[in-house]
Amino acid sequence: MAQKVLMKGNEAVAEAAIRAGCRLYFAYPITPQSELIEYMAKMMPKVKGTFIQAESEVAAINMVYGASGCGRRVMTSSSSPGISLKMEGLSYIAGAKLPAVVVNIQRGGPGLGDIQPSQADYFQATKGGGHGDYRLIVLAPNSVQEFADMASEAFDLADKYRNPVMLLADGLLGQMMEPVEFKPAKTEEEIEKLNKQHYDWCMRTNEDGDDRHHHEINSLELDPNVLEKHVLSLHEKYKDIQKNEVRYEKINVKDDNEILCVAYGTASRIVKSAITELQKEGHSVGLVRPITVWPYPSEVIANSITKKTKKVIVFELSLGQMVEDVKLAVNGKLPVDFLGRAGGIVFTPDEVIAKIKESL
Amino acid sequence: MKADIICSGFGGQGVLTIGKFLAQAAMKEGKKVSWLPSYGPEMRGGTANVSVIISDNDIASPLVSNPSILVALNQPSLDKFGPPTQKGGVILVNSDMTPNKLKRDDVDITYAPMSSIAIECGSTRVLNMVSIGMVIGKTKLVKYETMEQDLRDFLEVKSPELLEANLKALQMGMEYFG
Repeated sequence: MAQKVLMKGNEAVAEAAIRAGCRLYFAYPITPQSELIEYMAKMMPKVKGTFIQAESEVAAINMVYGASGCGRRVMTSSSSPGISLKMEGLSYIAGAKLPAVVVNIQRGGPGLGDIQPSQADYFQATKGGGHGDYRLIVLAPNSVQEFADMASEAFDLADKYRNPVMLLADGLLGQMMEPVEFKPAKTEEEIEKLNKQHYDWCMRTNEDGDDRHHHEINSLELDPNVLEKHVLSLHEKYKDIQKNEVRYEKINVKDDNEILCVAYGTASRIVKSAITELQKEGHSVGLVRPITVWPYPSEVIANSITKKTKKVIVFELSLGQMVEDVKLAVNGKLPVDFLGRAGGIVFTPDEVIAKIKESL
Repeated sequence: MKADIICSGFGGQGVLTIGKFLAQAAMKEGKKVSWLPSYGPEMRGGTANVSVIISDNDIASPLVSNPSILVALNQPSLDKFGPPTQKGGVILVNSDMTPNKLKRDDVDITYAPMSSIAIECGSTRVLNMVSIGMVIGKTKLVKYETMEQDLRDFLEVKSPELLEANLKALQMGMEYFG
Protein backbone atom coordinates (compact mmCIF):
# COMPACT_ATOMS: atom_id res chain seq x y z
CA MET A 1 0.00 0.00 0.00
CA ALA A 2 1.24 3.46 -0.85
CA GLN A 3 2.06 5.81 1.99
CA LYS A 4 -0.52 8.32 3.14
CA VAL A 5 0.54 11.95 3.07
CA LEU A 6 -1.15 14.99 4.54
CA MET A 7 -1.83 17.44 1.71
CA LYS A 8 -4.02 20.33 0.68
CA GLY A 9 -6.66 19.61 -1.94
CA ASN A 10 -4.99 22.10 -4.28
CA GLU A 11 -1.66 20.26 -4.06
CA ALA A 12 -3.16 16.78 -4.15
CA VAL A 13 -5.09 17.38 -7.37
CA ALA A 14 -1.94 18.80 -9.00
CA GLU A 15 0.17 15.81 -7.96
CA ALA A 16 -2.54 13.40 -9.12
CA ALA A 17 -2.81 15.16 -12.49
CA ILE A 18 0.93 14.82 -13.07
CA ARG A 19 0.73 11.14 -12.13
CA ALA A 20 -2.15 10.75 -14.62
CA GLY A 21 0.14 11.92 -17.41
CA CYS A 22 -0.55 15.65 -17.51
CA ARG A 23 2.62 17.29 -18.80
CA LEU A 24 1.15 20.62 -19.90
CA TYR A 25 -0.38 23.10 -17.49
CA PHE A 26 -1.20 26.77 -18.11
CA ALA A 27 -2.82 29.06 -15.57
CA TYR A 28 -2.89 32.41 -13.82
CA PRO A 29 -2.79 32.65 -10.00
CA ILE A 30 -5.87 33.41 -7.91
CA THR A 31 -6.83 32.72 -4.29
CA PRO A 32 -7.98 30.20 -3.03
CA GLN A 33 -6.47 28.13 -5.83
CA SER A 34 -2.88 29.39 -5.88
CA GLU A 35 -1.24 26.35 -4.20
CA LEU A 36 -2.25 24.37 -7.29
CA ILE A 37 -0.38 26.62 -9.69
CA GLU A 38 2.56 26.84 -7.24
CA TYR A 39 2.76 23.05 -7.08
CA MET A 40 2.70 22.80 -10.87
CA ALA A 41 5.37 25.51 -11.18
CA LYS A 42 7.62 23.49 -8.87
CA MET A 43 6.92 19.99 -10.19
CA MET A 44 6.39 20.30 -13.98
CA PRO A 45 10.08 20.94 -14.76
CA LYS A 46 10.99 17.82 -12.72
CA VAL A 47 8.91 15.59 -15.01
CA LYS A 48 10.05 17.37 -18.20
CA GLY A 49 6.60 18.95 -18.48
CA THR A 50 5.73 22.52 -19.38
CA PHE A 51 4.35 25.04 -16.94
CA ILE A 52 3.46 28.52 -18.11
CA GLN A 53 2.09 31.27 -15.91
CA ALA A 54 0.03 32.88 -18.63
CA GLU A 55 -0.52 36.63 -18.87
CA SER A 56 -4.22 36.10 -18.16
CA GLU A 57 -6.85 33.39 -17.70
CA VAL A 58 -7.97 33.98 -21.29
CA ALA A 59 -4.46 33.28 -22.56
CA ALA A 60 -4.21 30.18 -20.36
CA ILE A 61 -7.41 28.57 -21.67
CA ASN A 62 -6.34 29.26 -25.27
CA MET A 63 -2.99 27.60 -24.55
CA VAL A 64 -5.05 24.65 -23.34
CA TYR A 65 -7.05 24.80 -26.60
CA GLY A 66 -3.81 24.54 -28.59
CA ALA A 67 -2.31 21.77 -26.49
CA SER A 68 -5.47 19.66 -26.46
CA GLY A 69 -5.64 20.11 -30.23
CA CYS A 70 -2.35 18.21 -30.22
CA GLY A 71 -4.01 15.41 -28.26
CA ARG A 72 -1.97 15.89 -25.10
CA ARG A 73 -3.21 15.66 -21.51
CA VAL A 74 -3.49 19.33 -20.54
CA MET A 75 -4.97 21.13 -17.56
CA THR A 76 -5.75 24.61 -16.33
CA SER A 77 -7.24 25.79 -13.06
CA SER A 78 -8.61 28.92 -11.48
CA SER A 79 -11.20 30.21 -9.07
CA SER A 80 -14.61 31.67 -9.93
CA PRO A 81 -13.74 35.08 -11.48
CA GLY A 82 -10.92 33.46 -13.46
CA ILE A 83 -13.16 30.62 -14.60
CA SER A 84 -15.60 33.19 -16.00
CA LEU A 85 -12.76 34.49 -18.16
CA LYS A 86 -12.16 30.99 -19.51
CA MET A 87 -15.74 30.46 -20.69
CA GLU A 88 -15.22 31.57 -24.28
CA GLY A 89 -12.27 29.20 -24.61
CA LEU A 90 -14.21 26.33 -23.07
CA SER A 91 -17.01 26.79 -25.59
CA TYR A 92 -14.43 26.63 -28.41
CA ILE A 93 -12.82 23.52 -26.90
CA ALA A 94 -16.22 21.83 -26.53
CA GLY A 95 -17.17 22.85 -30.08
CA ALA A 96 -13.92 21.50 -31.50
CA LYS A 97 -14.43 18.21 -29.59
CA LEU A 98 -11.21 18.41 -27.59
CA PRO A 99 -10.21 16.73 -24.33
CA ALA A 100 -9.07 19.01 -21.50
CA VAL A 101 -9.36 19.27 -17.73
CA VAL A 102 -10.30 22.47 -15.88
CA VAL A 103 -10.31 22.84 -12.09
CA ASN A 104 -12.57 25.43 -10.45
CA ILE A 105 -11.86 26.16 -6.77
CA GLN A 106 -15.04 28.18 -6.25
CA ARG A 107 -15.11 31.31 -4.12
CA GLY A 108 -17.83 33.75 -3.11
CA GLY A 109 -19.31 35.89 -5.89
CA PRO A 110 -20.66 37.57 -7.95
CA GLY A 111 -17.94 39.77 -9.38
CA LEU A 112 -14.66 39.64 -7.50
CA GLY A 113 -16.69 38.58 -4.45
CA ASP A 114 -14.44 37.21 -1.72
CA ILE A 115 -12.04 34.29 -1.28
CA GLN A 116 -14.10 32.02 0.95
CA PRO A 117 -15.67 28.69 -0.14
CA SER A 118 -18.80 28.83 -2.30
CA GLN A 119 -20.88 26.70 -4.67
CA ALA A 120 -22.35 29.57 -6.62
CA ASP A 121 -20.82 28.55 -9.97
CA TYR A 122 -23.11 25.52 -10.36
CA PHE A 123 -25.20 27.09 -13.13
CA GLN A 124 -22.08 28.19 -14.98
CA ALA A 125 -20.49 24.74 -14.73
CA THR A 126 -23.52 22.60 -15.54
CA LYS A 127 -25.68 24.75 -17.81
CA GLY A 128 -23.14 26.17 -20.20
CA GLY A 129 -21.33 29.25 -19.00
CA GLY A 130 -19.92 29.76 -22.43
CA HIS A 131 -22.14 30.22 -25.49
CA GLY A 132 -23.68 27.54 -27.64
CA ASP A 133 -25.27 24.15 -27.20
CA TYR A 134 -22.52 22.34 -25.31
CA ARG A 135 -21.95 20.45 -22.08
CA LEU A 136 -19.03 19.96 -19.75
CA ILE A 137 -18.66 16.75 -17.77
CA VAL A 138 -18.58 18.10 -14.20
CA LEU A 139 -17.19 16.10 -11.27
CA ALA A 140 -17.67 17.42 -7.73
CA PRO A 141 -15.37 15.94 -5.06
CA ASN A 142 -16.05 16.18 -1.32
CA SER A 143 -12.69 15.09 0.12
CA VAL A 144 -9.01 15.57 -0.68
CA GLN A 145 -8.71 11.87 -1.52
CA GLU A 146 -11.64 11.99 -3.93
CA PHE A 147 -10.31 15.22 -5.45
CA ALA A 148 -7.00 13.49 -6.19
CA ASP A 149 -8.68 10.34 -7.54
CA MET A 150 -10.84 12.46 -9.82
CA ALA A 151 -7.84 13.98 -11.57
CA SER A 152 -7.05 10.77 -13.41
CA GLU A 153 -10.73 10.00 -13.89
CA ALA A 154 -11.23 13.44 -15.44
CA PHE A 155 -8.44 12.87 -17.97
CA ASP A 156 -9.82 9.42 -18.83
CA LEU A 157 -13.32 10.85 -19.39
CA ALA A 158 -11.96 13.77 -21.41
CA ASP A 159 -10.03 11.37 -23.65
CA LYS A 160 -12.89 8.89 -23.96
CA TYR A 161 -15.48 11.47 -25.06
CA ARG A 162 -13.18 14.16 -26.50
CA ASN A 163 -14.90 16.61 -24.22
CA PRO A 164 -13.70 19.14 -21.63
CA VAL A 165 -14.14 17.98 -18.02
CA MET A 166 -14.44 20.31 -15.04
CA LEU A 167 -13.51 19.46 -11.46
CA LEU A 168 -15.89 21.62 -9.43
CA ALA A 169 -14.46 22.10 -5.94
CA ASP A 170 -14.40 25.08 -3.58
CA GLY A 171 -12.08 27.05 -1.33
CA LEU A 172 -12.57 24.68 1.57
CA LEU A 173 -11.54 21.59 -0.43
CA GLY A 174 -8.63 23.48 -1.96
CA GLN A 175 -7.29 24.75 1.36
CA MET A 176 -8.05 21.76 3.56
CA MET A 177 -5.43 19.13 4.33
CA GLU A 178 -6.43 15.48 4.63
CA PRO A 179 -4.53 12.22 4.26
CA VAL A 180 -4.25 11.16 0.64
CA GLU A 181 -2.88 8.08 -1.07
CA PHE A 182 -1.81 8.43 -4.69
CA LYS A 183 -2.08 5.97 -7.52
CA PRO A 184 1.22 5.01 -9.16
CA ALA A 185 2.47 7.53 -11.72
CA LYS A 186 2.06 6.66 -15.40
CA THR A 187 5.30 5.67 -17.10
CA GLU A 188 6.69 7.51 -20.14
CA GLU A 189 5.57 4.55 -22.31
CA GLU A 190 2.04 4.74 -20.95
CA ILE A 191 1.90 8.50 -21.58
CA GLU A 192 3.14 7.96 -25.14
CA LYS A 193 0.35 5.44 -25.66
CA LEU A 194 -2.19 7.96 -24.33
CA ASN A 195 -0.94 10.55 -26.79
CA LYS A 196 -1.14 8.12 -29.70
CA GLN A 197 -4.82 7.33 -29.07
CA HIS A 198 -5.63 10.73 -30.61
CA TYR A 199 -3.38 10.48 -33.68
CA ASP A 200 -6.31 9.95 -36.06
CA TRP A 201 -7.65 13.45 -35.42
CA CYS A 202 -5.09 15.61 -33.57
CA MET A 203 -2.50 18.04 -34.91
CA ARG A 204 0.96 16.59 -35.27
CA THR A 205 4.01 16.77 -37.46
CA ASN A 206 3.48 15.38 -40.94
CA GLU A 207 6.79 13.59 -41.26
CA ASP A 208 6.08 11.52 -44.36
CA GLY A 209 4.08 14.16 -46.27
CA ASP A 210 1.01 11.89 -46.37
CA ASP A 211 -2.13 14.09 -46.60
CA ARG A 212 -4.07 11.71 -44.40
CA HIS A 213 -2.06 13.15 -41.51
CA HIS A 214 -3.51 16.58 -42.20
CA HIS A 215 -6.09 17.50 -39.56
CA GLU A 216 -7.90 20.72 -38.79
CA ILE A 217 -9.03 21.84 -35.36
CA ASN A 218 -11.85 24.33 -35.73
CA SER A 219 -15.12 25.45 -34.20
CA LEU A 220 -16.25 27.64 -37.11
CA GLU A 221 -18.78 26.25 -39.61
CA LEU A 222 -20.73 28.80 -41.66
CA ASP A 223 -23.06 26.33 -43.39
CA PRO A 224 -25.98 25.92 -40.95
CA ASN A 225 -26.84 22.47 -42.30
CA VAL A 226 -23.34 21.24 -41.59
CA LEU A 227 -23.24 22.98 -38.20
CA GLU A 228 -26.57 21.48 -37.15
CA LYS A 229 -25.24 18.04 -38.01
CA HIS A 230 -22.18 18.75 -35.91
CA VAL A 231 -24.21 19.95 -32.91
CA LEU A 232 -26.47 16.91 -33.22
CA SER A 233 -23.41 14.68 -33.14
CA LEU A 234 -22.26 16.43 -29.96
CA HIS A 235 -25.66 15.75 -28.44
CA GLU A 236 -25.48 12.08 -29.35
CA LYS A 237 -22.24 12.07 -27.37
CA TYR A 238 -23.89 13.85 -24.43
CA LYS A 239 -26.64 11.21 -24.41
CA ASP A 240 -23.98 8.51 -24.12
CA ILE A 241 -22.36 10.40 -21.27
CA GLN A 242 -25.73 10.70 -19.49
CA LYS A 243 -26.28 6.97 -19.96
CA ASN A 244 -22.83 5.81 -18.86
CA GLU A 245 -21.19 8.27 -16.53
CA VAL A 246 -23.63 9.26 -13.77
CA ARG A 247 -21.88 8.97 -10.40
CA TYR A 248 -23.36 9.47 -6.96
CA GLU A 249 -23.16 8.33 -3.34
CA LYS A 250 -26.13 7.32 -1.18
CA ILE A 251 -25.68 7.97 2.53
CA ASN A 252 -28.19 6.37 4.89
CA VAL A 253 -30.80 6.23 2.10
CA LYS A 254 -33.40 3.77 3.47
CA ASP A 255 -37.06 2.87 3.10
CA ASP A 256 -37.95 4.58 6.39
CA ASN A 257 -36.35 7.97 5.55
CA GLU A 258 -38.63 10.79 6.66
CA ILE A 259 -36.54 13.35 4.83
CA LEU A 260 -34.30 12.97 1.79
CA CYS A 261 -31.45 15.49 1.55
CA VAL A 262 -29.48 16.33 -1.59
CA ALA A 263 -26.09 18.06 -1.39
CA TYR A 264 -22.79 17.87 -3.25
CA GLY A 265 -19.15 18.71 -2.48
CA THR A 266 -18.34 20.53 0.76
CA ALA A 267 -22.05 21.00 1.60
CA SER A 268 -22.56 17.22 1.56
CA ARG A 269 -20.01 16.80 4.38
CA ILE A 270 -21.86 19.23 6.63
CA VAL A 271 -25.18 17.51 5.83
CA LYS A 272 -23.62 14.12 6.60
CA SER A 273 -22.58 15.39 10.04
CA ALA A 274 -26.12 16.61 10.65
CA ILE A 275 -27.67 13.30 9.57
CA THR A 276 -25.41 11.38 11.96
CA GLU A 277 -26.53 13.62 14.85
CA LEU A 278 -30.21 13.23 13.89
CA GLN A 279 -29.80 9.45 13.74
CA LYS A 280 -28.69 9.49 17.39
CA GLU A 281 -32.02 11.15 18.18
CA GLY A 282 -33.88 8.43 16.31
CA HIS A 283 -34.65 10.28 13.07
CA SER A 284 -34.11 8.60 9.72
CA VAL A 285 -32.74 11.07 7.18
CA GLY A 286 -31.07 10.07 3.91
CA LEU A 287 -28.63 11.93 1.68
CA VAL A 288 -28.01 11.59 -2.04
CA ARG A 289 -24.67 13.12 -2.98
CA PRO A 290 -24.28 13.76 -6.71
CA ILE A 291 -20.63 13.09 -7.63
CA THR A 292 -21.22 14.07 -11.24
CA VAL A 293 -23.32 17.24 -11.31
CA TRP A 294 -23.45 16.89 -15.08
CA PRO A 295 -24.60 14.30 -16.04
CA TYR A 296 -27.01 14.62 -13.11
CA PRO A 297 -28.22 11.61 -11.07
CA SER A 298 -31.92 12.53 -11.52
CA GLU A 299 -33.17 8.95 -11.56
CA VAL A 300 -31.28 8.08 -8.38
CA ILE A 301 -32.93 10.99 -6.56
CA ALA A 302 -36.38 10.06 -7.87
CA ASN A 303 -35.88 6.42 -6.89
CA SER A 304 -34.66 7.32 -3.38
CA ILE A 305 -38.09 8.73 -2.50
CA THR A 306 -40.22 6.22 -0.60
CA LYS A 307 -43.80 6.23 0.76
CA LYS A 308 -42.43 7.44 4.11
CA THR A 309 -40.55 10.43 2.64
CA LYS A 310 -42.29 13.69 3.50
CA LYS A 311 -39.98 16.15 1.84
CA VAL A 312 -36.77 16.62 -0.13
CA ILE A 313 -34.37 19.29 1.15
CA VAL A 314 -31.48 20.65 -0.91
CA PHE A 315 -28.42 22.19 0.77
CA GLU A 316 -26.02 24.38 -1.20
CA LEU A 317 -23.43 27.07 -0.58
CA SER A 318 -25.41 29.33 -2.91
CA LEU A 319 -28.89 30.76 -2.81
CA GLY A 320 -30.31 27.92 -4.87
CA GLN A 321 -28.95 26.56 -8.14
CA MET A 322 -28.79 22.75 -7.99
CA VAL A 323 -32.22 22.87 -6.35
CA GLU A 324 -33.67 23.37 -9.88
CA ASP A 325 -32.22 20.04 -11.01
CA VAL A 326 -33.59 18.35 -7.89
CA LYS A 327 -37.05 19.78 -8.62
CA LEU A 328 -36.84 18.37 -12.15
CA ALA A 329 -35.83 14.99 -10.71
CA VAL A 330 -38.59 14.97 -8.06
CA ASN A 331 -41.04 16.13 -10.72
CA GLY A 332 -43.70 17.48 -8.37
CA LYS A 333 -44.08 14.25 -6.38
CA LEU A 334 -42.98 15.92 -3.13
CA PRO A 335 -42.26 19.43 -1.88
CA VAL A 336 -38.63 20.46 -2.40
CA ASP A 337 -37.24 22.73 0.31
CA PHE A 338 -33.91 24.56 0.37
CA LEU A 339 -31.23 25.94 2.69
CA GLY A 340 -28.32 27.93 1.32
CA ARG A 341 -25.70 30.42 2.44
CA ALA A 342 -24.01 32.94 0.19
CA GLY A 343 -20.94 35.13 0.13
CA GLY A 344 -18.51 32.42 1.21
CA ILE A 345 -20.31 31.46 4.43
CA VAL A 346 -20.41 27.71 5.12
CA PHE A 347 -23.45 26.55 7.10
CA THR A 348 -22.79 24.63 10.32
CA PRO A 349 -24.22 21.17 11.10
CA ASP A 350 -26.48 22.91 13.66
CA GLU A 351 -28.04 25.11 10.96
CA VAL A 352 -28.65 22.03 8.82
CA ILE A 353 -30.15 20.12 11.77
CA ALA A 354 -32.48 23.05 12.54
CA LYS A 355 -33.64 23.16 8.90
CA ILE A 356 -34.34 19.43 8.79
CA LYS A 357 -36.14 19.53 12.15
CA GLU A 358 -38.63 22.08 10.78
CA SER A 359 -40.03 19.21 8.73
CA LEU A 360 -39.71 16.27 11.14
CA MET B 1 -12.33 9.13 20.19
CA LYS B 2 -12.84 12.50 18.53
CA ALA B 3 -10.87 15.67 19.26
CA ASP B 4 -12.08 18.98 17.82
CA ILE B 5 -9.13 21.33 18.01
CA ILE B 6 -8.73 25.04 17.31
CA CYS B 7 -5.27 26.63 17.39
CA SER B 8 -5.33 30.40 17.19
CA GLY B 9 -2.90 33.29 17.47
CA PHE B 10 -1.29 36.16 15.61
CA GLY B 11 -0.15 35.46 12.04
CA GLY B 12 3.49 34.40 12.39
CA GLN B 13 3.14 32.63 15.74
CA GLY B 14 2.95 29.34 13.87
CA VAL B 15 -0.57 28.22 14.73
CA LEU B 16 -1.12 26.59 11.33
CA THR B 17 2.03 24.57 11.95
CA ILE B 18 0.81 23.46 15.38
CA GLY B 19 -2.28 22.08 13.67
CA LYS B 20 -0.33 20.46 10.88
CA PHE B 21 2.08 18.64 13.18
CA LEU B 22 -0.75 17.39 15.40
CA ALA B 23 -2.76 16.17 12.39
CA GLN B 24 0.25 14.55 10.76
CA ALA B 25 1.32 12.69 13.92
CA ALA B 26 -2.25 11.46 14.50
CA MET B 27 -2.45 10.32 10.86
CA LYS B 28 0.75 8.30 11.33
CA GLU B 29 -0.81 6.70 14.41
CA GLY B 30 -3.71 5.51 12.26
CA LYS B 31 -6.29 8.17 13.05
CA LYS B 32 -8.56 10.01 10.59
CA VAL B 33 -7.62 13.68 10.42
CA SER B 34 -8.56 16.96 8.77
CA TRP B 35 -6.81 20.34 8.85
CA LEU B 36 -8.64 23.47 7.76
CA PRO B 37 -6.98 26.88 7.99
CA SER B 38 -8.64 30.25 8.16
CA TYR B 39 -7.40 31.96 5.06
CA GLY B 40 -8.05 35.51 4.11
CA PRO B 41 -7.32 39.11 4.96
CA GLU B 42 -7.39 38.42 8.72
CA MET B 43 -4.08 36.57 8.40
CA ARG B 44 -2.11 39.69 7.56
CA GLY B 45 -1.04 40.78 11.02
CA GLY B 46 -4.37 39.79 12.54
CA THR B 47 -5.52 36.54 14.03
CA ALA B 48 -4.92 33.27 12.22
CA ASN B 49 -6.56 30.02 13.22
CA VAL B 50 -6.81 26.41 12.16
CA SER B 51 -9.45 23.73 12.76
CA VAL B 52 -8.06 20.24 13.24
CA ILE B 53 -10.14 17.13 13.77
CA ILE B 54 -8.60 13.87 14.96
CA SER B 55 -10.97 10.92 15.10
CA ASP B 56 -11.25 7.13 15.08
CA ASN B 57 -14.09 7.44 12.56
CA ASP B 58 -14.50 9.17 9.20
CA ILE B 59 -14.69 12.94 9.50
CA ALA B 60 -17.79 14.48 7.96
CA SER B 61 -17.66 18.25 8.47
CA PRO B 62 -14.09 19.57 8.84
CA LEU B 63 -15.33 22.77 10.50
CA VAL B 64 -14.86 23.16 14.25
CA SER B 65 -17.32 25.54 15.92
CA ASN B 66 -17.08 24.18 19.47
CA PRO B 67 -13.56 22.94 20.18
CA SER B 68 -12.79 20.24 22.75
CA ILE B 69 -9.18 21.47 22.75
CA LEU B 70 -8.27 25.14 22.28
CA VAL B 71 -4.75 26.52 21.97
CA ALA B 72 -4.95 30.32 22.34
CA LEU B 73 -1.69 32.15 21.83
CA ASN B 74 -3.05 35.70 22.24
CA GLN B 75 -5.91 37.65 23.80
CA PRO B 76 -8.15 37.93 20.71
CA SER B 77 -7.96 34.13 20.28
CA LEU B 78 -9.06 33.45 23.86
CA ASP B 79 -11.82 36.06 23.58
CA LYS B 80 -13.10 34.56 20.32
CA PHE B 81 -12.82 30.81 20.90
CA GLY B 82 -12.88 30.55 24.73
CA PRO B 83 -16.67 31.05 25.02
CA PRO B 84 -17.67 28.43 22.39
CA THR B 85 -15.25 25.81 23.79
CA GLN B 86 -17.07 22.64 24.86
CA LYS B 87 -17.99 22.23 28.52
CA GLY B 88 -15.15 20.27 30.13
CA GLY B 89 -12.88 21.11 27.19
CA VAL B 90 -9.13 21.72 27.49
CA ILE B 91 -7.87 25.29 26.96
CA LEU B 92 -4.15 26.07 26.81
CA VAL B 93 -3.42 29.79 26.98
CA ASN B 94 -0.23 31.72 26.35
CA SER B 95 -0.36 33.89 29.48
CA ASP B 96 2.39 36.20 28.15
CA MET B 97 -0.08 37.67 25.68
CA THR B 98 -3.41 37.36 27.51
CA PRO B 99 -3.80 39.85 30.36
CA ASN B 100 -7.53 39.11 30.65
CA LYS B 101 -8.58 35.68 31.87
CA LEU B 102 -11.58 33.75 30.57
CA LYS B 103 -14.61 34.00 32.84
CA ARG B 104 -15.62 30.32 32.87
CA ASP B 105 -15.25 27.62 35.49
CA ASP B 106 -16.59 24.68 33.47
CA VAL B 107 -13.46 24.17 31.34
CA ASP B 108 -10.00 22.76 32.11
CA ILE B 109 -7.89 25.85 31.49
CA THR B 110 -4.11 26.30 31.87
CA TYR B 111 -2.34 29.67 31.66
CA ALA B 112 1.33 29.11 30.82
CA PRO B 113 3.98 31.67 29.85
CA MET B 114 4.59 29.97 26.50
CA SER B 115 6.48 32.90 24.92
CA SER B 116 8.87 33.04 27.91
CA ILE B 117 9.43 29.29 27.75
CA ALA B 118 10.18 29.64 24.02
CA ILE B 119 12.78 32.36 24.69
CA GLU B 120 14.31 30.10 27.34
CA CYS B 121 14.63 27.42 24.64
CA GLY B 122 16.52 29.83 22.42
CA SER B 123 13.98 31.61 20.20
CA THR B 124 10.45 33.01 20.14
CA ARG B 125 10.13 31.07 16.90
CA VAL B 126 9.75 27.79 18.82
CA LEU B 127 6.59 29.03 20.55
CA ASN B 128 4.51 26.65 18.46
CA MET B 129 6.59 23.66 19.59
CA VAL B 130 6.06 24.65 23.24
CA SER B 131 2.32 24.59 22.50
CA ILE B 132 2.47 21.19 20.80
CA GLY B 133 4.42 19.82 23.77
CA MET B 134 1.75 21.17 26.11
CA VAL B 135 -1.06 19.61 24.06
CA ILE B 136 0.72 16.24 24.24
CA GLY B 137 1.52 16.63 27.95
CA LYS B 138 -2.05 17.58 28.82
CA THR B 139 -4.11 15.37 26.53
CA LYS B 140 -1.83 12.48 25.35
CA LEU B 141 -3.49 13.06 21.98
CA VAL B 142 -0.48 11.66 20.12
CA LYS B 143 2.73 10.00 21.27
CA TYR B 144 5.75 12.17 21.97
CA GLU B 145 7.92 9.75 19.96
CA THR B 146 5.79 10.19 16.83
CA MET B 147 6.00 13.97 17.13
CA GLU B 148 9.75 13.94 17.74
CA GLN B 149 10.30 11.78 14.66
CA ASP B 150 8.14 14.06 12.49
CA LEU B 151 10.01 17.10 13.74
CA ARG B 152 13.37 15.47 13.02
CA ASP B 153 12.27 14.38 9.53
CA PHE B 154 11.03 17.89 8.79
CA LEU B 155 13.89 19.96 10.18
CA GLU B 156 16.81 17.72 9.20
CA VAL B 157 15.98 18.56 5.59
CA LYS B 158 14.84 22.16 6.02
CA SER B 159 17.00 23.74 8.73
CA PRO B 160 18.98 21.30 10.93
CA GLU B 161 20.41 24.16 13.01
CA LEU B 162 16.96 24.77 14.50
CA LEU B 163 16.37 21.16 15.53
CA GLU B 164 17.85 21.39 19.01
CA ALA B 165 15.83 24.43 20.10
CA ASN B 166 12.64 22.92 18.67
CA LEU B 167 13.14 19.58 20.44
CA LYS B 168 13.89 21.38 23.70
CA ALA B 169 10.70 23.44 23.29
CA LEU B 170 8.65 20.31 22.62
CA GLN B 171 10.03 18.67 25.76
CA MET B 172 9.61 21.71 27.99
CA GLY B 173 6.02 22.10 26.82
CA MET B 174 5.30 18.47 27.58
CA GLU B 175 7.00 18.57 30.97
CA TYR B 176 5.02 21.65 31.99
CA PHE B 177 2.41 19.28 33.39
CA GLY B 178 5.10 17.24 35.18
